[in-house]
Parts: sequence; structure tokens; C-alpha cells
Amino acid sequence: MDLNFKATELSLALPGTEDLPDNNTTTTSPNPIIKTTNKRPSPDMTPTETDESRAAPQPKAQVVGWPPVRSYRKNVLHGKKAEAETGSGMFVKVSMDGAPYLRKIDLKVYKSYGELMKSLEGMFACIIGLYSENEGYNGSKHAATYEDKDGDWMLVGDVPWDMFVTSCKRLRIMKGCEARGLNL
Amino acid sequence: MTQSFPEEVLEHVFSFLTSHTDRNAVSLVSKSWYDTERWCRDHVFIGNCYAVNPRVLTRRFKEVKAVELKGKPHFADFNLVPEGWGGCVDPWIVEMGRVYSGLEEIRLKRMEVTDEGLEMVAKGFGKLKVLVLASCDGFSTDGLAAVAANCRNLRVLDLRECEVEELSCHWLSHFPDSFTLLESLNIACLSSEVSFSALERLVSRSPNLKTLKLNRTVPLEKLSTLLQRAPQLVEFGTGAYSAEGLDAYSSLAEAFSGCKKLKSLSGFWDVIPAYLPAVYSVCSQLTSLNLSYATTQSPDLSKIISHCHNLQRLVVLDYIEDTGLETVATSCKDLKELVVFPSDPYVADANVPLTEQGLVSVSQGCTKLHSVLYFCRQMSNSALVSISKNRPNITCFRLCILEPRSPDYLTLEPLDTGFGSIVENCKQLTRLSMSGLLTDRVFEYIGKHAKKLDMLSIAFAGDTDLGLHYILSGCDSLRKLEIRDCPFGDKALLANASKLETMRSLWMSSCFVSFGACKLLGQKMPRLNVEVIDERENLNSIPENVPVEKVYIYRTVCGQRFDMPDFVRIMGKDKADVYNLS
Repeated sequence: MDLNFKATELSLALPGTEDLPDNNTTTTSPNPIIKTTNKRPSPDMTPTETDESRAAPQPKAQVVGWPPVRSYRKNVLHGKKAEAETGSGMFVKVSMDGAPYLRKIDLKVYKSYGELMKSLEGMFACIIGLYSENEGYNGSKHAATYEDKDGDWMLVGDVPWDMFVTSCKRLRIMKGCEARGLNL
Repeated sequence: MTQSFPEEVLEHVFSFLTSHTDRNAVSLVSKSWYDTERWCRDHVFIGNCYAVNPRVLTRRFKEVKAVELKGKPHFADFNLVPEGWGGCVDPWIVEMGRVYSGLEEIRLKRMEVTDEGLEMVAKGFGKLKVLVLASCDGFSTDGLAAVAANCRNLRVLDLRECEVEELSCHWLSHFPDSFTLLESLNIACLSSEVSFSALERLVSRSPNLKTLKLNRTVPLEKLSTLLQRAPQLVEFGTGAYSAEGLDAYSSLAEAFSGCKKLKSLSGFWDVIPAYLPAVYSVCSQLTSLNLSYATTQSPDLSKIISHCHNLQRLVVLDYIEDTGLETVATSCKDLKELVVFPSDPYVADANVPLTEQGLVSVSQGCTKLHSVLYFCRQMSNSALVSISKNRPNITCFRLCILEPRSPDYLTLEPLDTGFGSIVENCKQLTRLSMSGLLTDRVFEYIGKHAKKLDMLSIAFAGDTDLGLHYILSGCDSLRKLEIRDCPFGDKALLANASKLETMRSLWMSSCFVSFGACKLLGQKMPRLNVEVIDERENLNSIPENVPVEKVYIYRTVCGQRFDMPDFVRIMGKDKADVYNLS
């Protein structure tokens, strides 16, 4: 079927150059660079499937957002109050003063304050020092605080890690000057 | 040409137009009709909050009583839109608060709502009667407390499928004792306990209460108390439908039998089958039944359904099995809408006796069936052809075969002809979601036949850009297209650029659309926002021919938006890309 692509095409190429590859291949570079991250499993993107090729089902890796069922439905079989999106994760919101949006992290992923701080620094591109008795927040511009189960705002680092993980409800990265007002 | 009708006459004529599509059409007739119409439109619908902005709204319409706003794209429901993407309602509330002091109804879908926003609503709109938050998040019970405390005229508080940060169970107590106007309360999405005494007092002093949807934590033993206080209920959602022993049974059955106006039932978490017969007395009244949390077996489900002769809408788990759906086909002759959710979506070969046959049975027996959402594990072309021939009146057909790219299980062929038959026979089809093994051919059928199709969802389908081209060039009525994991790329997109301006939005994720094409599209089409949503690091160093993770393209009169997180870029505005300046 002649769709007369050329007549309507907004070509990426300079005018007058040869047409792009024919219809049986994809339109982008043959080996798209998909940087793998740990955010989601790579979907199978090979473009070469034809009608006859697919007899065996896909591998069993869980694909993000598939099947298209809302998170709260996934817990129907598995007991009452569960963190809807995450199963057994312990997601808390993280805000940073001055940042226009919040992030969410799973505290269960970290084993220590050091790991947590590194991750937060990476997320918000700032330097947060770990508070220590002797040096305070060590000249850093920001301080990490958290809201505990009682609704109080506490400085991150005071209590043992395990106690922190179970009592932390949300995190807030304060500007260092405000944190200093906490009489550190 | 002078106007032939005085404005007052035109306004009166327009007042009979309630659909916003008609209102929009009328406003395009002439400048004077546009002006007349905008002065008297009081219900405004905005399907994509970024297609306009708050100032555009308030500049055009002066006396708005009801506003409906939608934010995130539909695939946000399945976690495909990263958190922080946008869709915050606060700027809208600020601007509307400034201009629409008489605002009575706010309906939001997939928007981010903050506690501060809810406080502004509560204190800024004294006449507010209706607050519906559908699939919204970002707020806590503190915001709800502010609404309860301040909205003296509230009739409807509906939190359908929201994610609420539940800080306190006492927010319901913030409704003043003098507040008696409540007509509808839906708190089914809350996972923590609410104060039952506050709930009971609220129900007792609300003689107009018609809709009450409880959450899972309200125990079954307390249901009869509530029902006795509100026998006038039309829609009721239970909490967890289980109890120790059967002591609560007879009072519950009696309470239900007192509800002469009850038409809709839902809830039924953790169902104990022995308690199901308590609702038998109302079954013949029911037009809507949602058993999608009822994890009980087919015989129990079939029994209750067999009593529901007037049912129009049924939502159920695949526990119903093919046999249960046969019961539906014989008992529910008025059925218009069927939804079957999967009980165990992640188990590949769960031995669930629900197959394509169940849907075929319902399509045979229920002549009024027009809307289907069906999750199953196998499908055949012959079944789809049968369904399409049985029910050419289907307007919404959403089929999800759990395993991506599953072929016809009988012939191992693609399901092209089956879906082709659906679009060919169901000439009024407005919404279609497809799954299974599908080649470019199915898109050829869709482009050729689906002329009324308004919304199309595609996943793991197609072979080449031709597939996308068929859709964009053939589907005359298409407004919403969402695609994931398909080998569609730049060519079809760029060749059909002007089509995109006739649509509300196009979503493509895990496809082959390149950065370069997005930039080009954004440059060529000033009235489209081409949003690349990509969470990889070092985006600036990725070559232009590399596919983006996700792209969301929508028409807009506003161009740039100013609330983008770092993983969202609007491509092609200005000479170079416009990156978020933060």
C-alpha cells in the first residue's frame, strides 16, 4: 500500500537526501541505546518480530504497570492495610526546602544512615553531612530532619538506625541556617 | 450582519445545551455567539489541565458554578507517570478563588491536591456543594478536616480511589453538629480506621444521605446500626464483610430489608459467604453491584447474582468463572456494563476457570451489553468474532489478556481478525483497549472501520510505524491515544503531526520515538506540547536518535508550563530545547 509518506513527511534529514530505511524496520538507529537503570526492568524492544515468530510466551519478569490494574486492587487477596504501591516497602516522602517537588524513598532499601544520606544527596544534589556529637552538621548547608510517629520533627541520626526506620514517617531536608536554630 | 436575536433570547436557547461539546460548538459559530455563550456558561470541563491555564479560564468565563479538571494522563493509574510530574490543582484554586466566589462544584481527576489547596477550597468557596476527588493524591486527613469544618453547604464529598495520607481518624468529627445537608459520602479508599462514633452521628443527622460508601475498617457488626439510621440510602458500600460467628446476621438482614430505595451495593472486602444472603432482600432492586473485592467462590457469587434481575452494572473478580457468567447471562437481562478483574494478576498459569467463554456467554444473553472491561488469560479470534456479532451495540470494549503478546490460543495466530471484527461490527465503538498478539494488520482494520473511536489503548502490539500511521490517519474521531511498548517511531508520528492537534493527547512509552523527532515535532507544531518524560541521568549527552523513555504530546493554547520537574522537558520551543530552569 502506497501511503505516500514522502509527501507528508517531516524528515529529520536534509532536503534532497535519500529516504530513510524501508517500512520493515524501525525508524531509529538499529541499536537504540537504552541505558539500563534499576528503575524498571527493560521491556523487550526487539523490532524484528513477525506474525509467525511468537509462539512462546514472554519471560516472567514483571513489567511495570502491567497488567493495567490499579495498585489498590493488587492487595485484595493479601490482607488489610498494606502500603498500596509497594507491598512490603517502607516508602516515605522526602522534601527539600526550596525544591519544587517531593520524592519518595523506600527506607527498607538502606542499611545505615550513611547509605541513606548518600542517596538523598544524590537525589537533591546537595551535601548533607551526617550529624555527629562533636562536629554538628560539619559546616554543611543542609540538615536532614524527619517526622516521627508522634508528629515531632527530629534530627536524623540521633537514634539507632533500626529505631529510625520504624519511626520515620517523612523526611525534610532543611536549610542549614534553620537547622542551626535548633540549638545543635 | 447585525445579530438577529437579542442576547437574552440566545442565552435562553443556550441554557438548554448542557453538554460541553455542544457549548464548544456553539461558541465557534460567530464572535457574537462566542461572547454570548461565554457569559452564560456556568459548567466548565477541562479535560487536560495543561491545555489551558487558570487565567485563560477566568478571563473567558465569568460566572462559573461548576468546574471539572483532569490532570495526569490515564497511564498514571498504572504507575507509568513518575511522581512529581505535575497536575497540581493549587494554582487553579488560587485563581478561581479570586474570581468565582459562587463556585458550587469542584470535580478533579488524577490531580495532585494538597492540604493547603483543600484549605483554600474550604475557606474560599462558601457555597461549595460538591467536592469529588477521583484518583487524586497529595493530601491528608488534615485537608479533609478543613473541608469538613468549613464547607457549610457541602452535599457531596466523594474520594473515589484517592491516595490519602491518613494522619488522624477524627477528621469526620470536624463536621459541625449543626451540619445536616450531607447527601453523599464516599470514603472507601481510606485504609485506616475512621472514628465510628463520628460517622454514626454524621449519618444520623443527615436525612438526605443517599450515598454512603464505607471503608474496609468499618466492621460488619456496625452496618445494621448505620443502615437503620439511613434506610433512605440509594448507594451503599460496606466495609469488611466478615464477622466471628453469625450473631450479627439477622439484624443485618433486617436492616437491609428496610432499605427500600437501595439500588447500588459495593464493598464486600474479606467476604464470608454465610453473610451474603443478608442482602438477598434488596437484590431485585439493584442496578449496580460491585463484588470486585469479594474473594469468594463462584457458587456464592452466582447465587447472589441470580437474584439480581434488574442489574445493569456488574463488577466482579474472575472468581466468578465461566459458569458464573452463564448465570449472569440468564439472570441479568438488563446488563449494560460488565467488569471482570483478575484475582491474581501476576501468576501466569493460575488455574482460574474463567476464559473467553464467559464473555461470549454474556454477549449472547445480555442484549443491552455495551461496555466491557475483561481480564482473562486466553482469547481466540472466533470468540471475538462471536462477541462482535452478538453485540454490535458495544461502545466500550477493553480486553486485557494477562500475558503480553498472547496469540489466539486455538490457532496460535495473532488476534488481528478478532479485533478487526470488533471494530467492523461494533460501529458505535468509542473506546477500545487491546491486548494479545497483534500485528500491523489490526491497525489497518481499526483505521478503516473505527470511525467513532474516541480513545484507544495499545500495549505490546504492532510491527512497524505503519501500525501507528493507520491509526492516526484513519481514526477520524480519535482524541486520546495511549501506547506502551510498541515498535512505533518517528516516521508515523511526524507524518501525522497535524492530526495530533485534533486530539487531546498522545502518550507513548517504551516505543521508538527519538529525542530528535520530539524536538522537531515541538518546533514544527507550536500548539502542541511535546513533553519528554525521561528519568535517565545525563540526558544532554544522549544522542538525538536515541528513543525517549516516555513522551506525552498534547494540544495547548498555553505553550510552556512552569512547574516541570527535572525529568520532564518540553521539546522544540524556542530555537534550542527548553530545559527546566531550576
